[in-house]
Amino acid sequence: MTLPTAQTPIAGWGRYNPVVCSCVRPERSNALAAFLETNGEPLVARGLGRSYGDASVNQEGLVVDFTRMNRIRAFDPETGVLECEGGVSLADILTVFVPRGFFLPVTPGTKYVTVAGAIANDVHGKNHHCDGSFAQFVDSIELWTPARGVLTCSPTENADIFWATAGGVGLTGVILTARLRLLSIDSAYVRVDYQRCANLDATLDAMAASDQYYRYSVAWVDCLAQNASLGRSVLMRGNHTLANTLPESKASTPYRLPRRPGLTIPVDFPGCVLNHYSVKAFNTLFYAKNRDARDVVVDYDKYFYPLDGIHQWNRMYGRKGFIQYQATFPLESREGLVKLLERLAGSGRASFLAVLKCFGAASPGLLSHPMPGYTLTLDIPNGLGLTAFVASLDRLLLEYGGRLYLAKDALARPEAIEAMYPNLKTFREIRAKLDPNRLLASNLSRRLRLDG
Amino acid sequence: MTTFQPKSVVILGALSGVARYIADGFAREGFAVALAGRDLEEMELLAADLRERHEVTCCCLKFDALDIDSHASFVQETTEALGALPGGVVACFGYMADQTEAQRDFALIRKTLDTNLTGAISILERFAAAFEERQSGFMAALSSVAGDRGRKANYFYGAAKAGLSAYLQGLRNRLHASGVKVTTIKPGFMDTPMTYGMDLPGALVAAPQSAAQAMTRAILKGKNVVYVPFFWRYIMWIIRSIPEWQFKKMSI
Repeated sequence: MTLPTAQTPIAGWGRYNPVVCSCVRPERSNALAAFLETNGEPLVARGLGRSYGDASVNQEGLVVDFTRMNRIRAFDPETGVLECEGGVSLADILTVFVPRGFFLPVTPGTKYVTVAGAIANDVHGKNHHCDGSFAQFVDSIELWTPARGVLTCSPTENADIFWATAGGVGLTGVILTARLRLLSIDSAYVRVDYQRCANLDATLDAMAASDQYYRYSVAWVDCLAQNASLGRSVLMRGNHTLANTLPESKASTPYRLPRRPGLTIPVDFPGCVLNHYSVKAFNTLFYAKNRDARDVVVDYDKYFYPLDGIHQWNRMYGRKGFIQYQATFPLESREGLVKLLERLAGSGRASFLAVLKCFGAASPGLLSHPMPGYTLTLDIPNGLGLTAFVASLDRLLLEYGGRLYLAKDALARPEAIEAMYPNLKTFREIRAKLDPNRLLASNLSRRLRLDG
Repeated sequence: MTTFQPKSVVILGALSGVARYIADGFAREGFAVALAGRDLEEMELLAADLRERHEVTCCCLKFDALDIDSHASFVQETTEALGALPGGVVACFGYMADQTEAQRDFALIRKTLDTNLTGAISILERFAAAFEERQSGFMAALSSVAGDRGRKANYFYGAAKAGLSAYLQGLRNRLHASGVKVTTIKPGFMDTPMTYGMDLPGALVAAPQSAAQAMTRAILKGKNVVYVPFFWRYIMWIIRSIPEWQFKKMSI
């Protein structure tokens, strides 16, 4: 069975290097099943397109848009287990289940990602240091694979395939449905402590000393600050709030969010809007304006998804797009992080506030990104010399035993990824059995030679 | 907003591109929803979704617009499934054949007319009789802007939808006395499987979610004729205003 095809220019969220792809968008389970059974072209599943690079782009074959395969199957309020199709977005889950007292066990910095995408990239959130990554809260998935049809995979059944799929960027199969354990909450609010740290050491020391008291911890770093202020940041750490400790105005409706108007960036900004000076001014102002504060009650939308309030914020970087660079250094490589920040600050490549977080234990996902250490995430606008600059960052990262995140990557070399992910060999072996004819492929998989 | 009793609705053609979101809109308003269509298995997935999202009653019924004989008992089946004659009915089914293929194959023309016009009239008449007797209810059907003026690009579909629009006009006139509201919905382009991959001007193509929201609102307000999105009213006004001697030479 064939589905109607659309020729559409697509790219990752960074809008870096868009290419025209053949896309299909199934809306019914039986049509999807028939399509998968008869399709002979290499395909990649795409959700809401929030991976920054080319993970869900496929020029040589098909891109299968799963955003309409988004039906909720079942929910058990006793256990908090939600069963849904892979295309259900985290935003949907929040809209439906926060009013019933449940929250996502792990959430990235945007709620506009699908459940399947969150598993395929094994995404992490501000609670990684205590809870781990997304796939660790998935009880099971139904995975369509080219060689073996639909398989149920979980940490106990087909466990090797499950952990190859968690972080496997769609190359082990298509995630049709998932069972996800939601987190019970008492209100939609988070109690946040804000703390300014004058430099990188102060930031990392504060994290080491007191991250354990917070479920959520993240620092916004001014990565244009240099010398003694290198790595200055605002730490934002919080916990879910009990309804009975909320201020009176909110206590009677603890799951209701305040209404706020959405903003949209309707057109591409001209490339010059975000330059070294405007960004530096913004970062300086941000650091200067923030004051240390304790016990600030913030709703989840504002705390977890500040950028989701501005639709299509990725247009701010103009027509040429940007890349997002996420580097994780092992705990003992603080020096590497310092060198990376120095190189960024010295490069003059404008970047808004970067995000710094201390990761906890790694998940068993073979290609899962998080590992114990420090992760730094920042946007770098596309411009002259970007490739060479990023290659130099990659070398530095490798030198200190760090790794890149496939969901963000747009420019890495295959040798680098091979060195960063020692489990890649095992991943390839599992993948070869599930997809001997290479029917699952993306621009990312070809660029990084993830097939070997 | 008008209040309708009972608070229940039948969605005919529940698996068509925009119907799912119309059903969702009614469920969000707390309506019990009966989904009707040909594929029960697929509808059950949608029904589960509506139940989980909105905590409403939702059931599925077999319905085929082309199976006219089955329409006689359908109102009764709906009444049994929902426990009472539904508050309203929304007909979302439709069929659009490829115009050039249809020009060569009368079977496709016939299917276009039978689905969009004959099938719609057949089932809506059944509900109209029941609602008229009860002296309340709402009825809505998805017609199309294609029915506002015949064009060479899709005039079989356009003819069927023009017929449907005229039918709904007359029905509205008839049912006014009994307090039954009849809403004609004329959608423009929507981003559904029917248009996926077509080369259409992006700004004119509406997301089915927001289109459905506008439709649900119009139905609940008891509007007569609504274009979705609203600006199609003006586009179609312009298209209708072009004199025929000029229009016949054009390709739009």
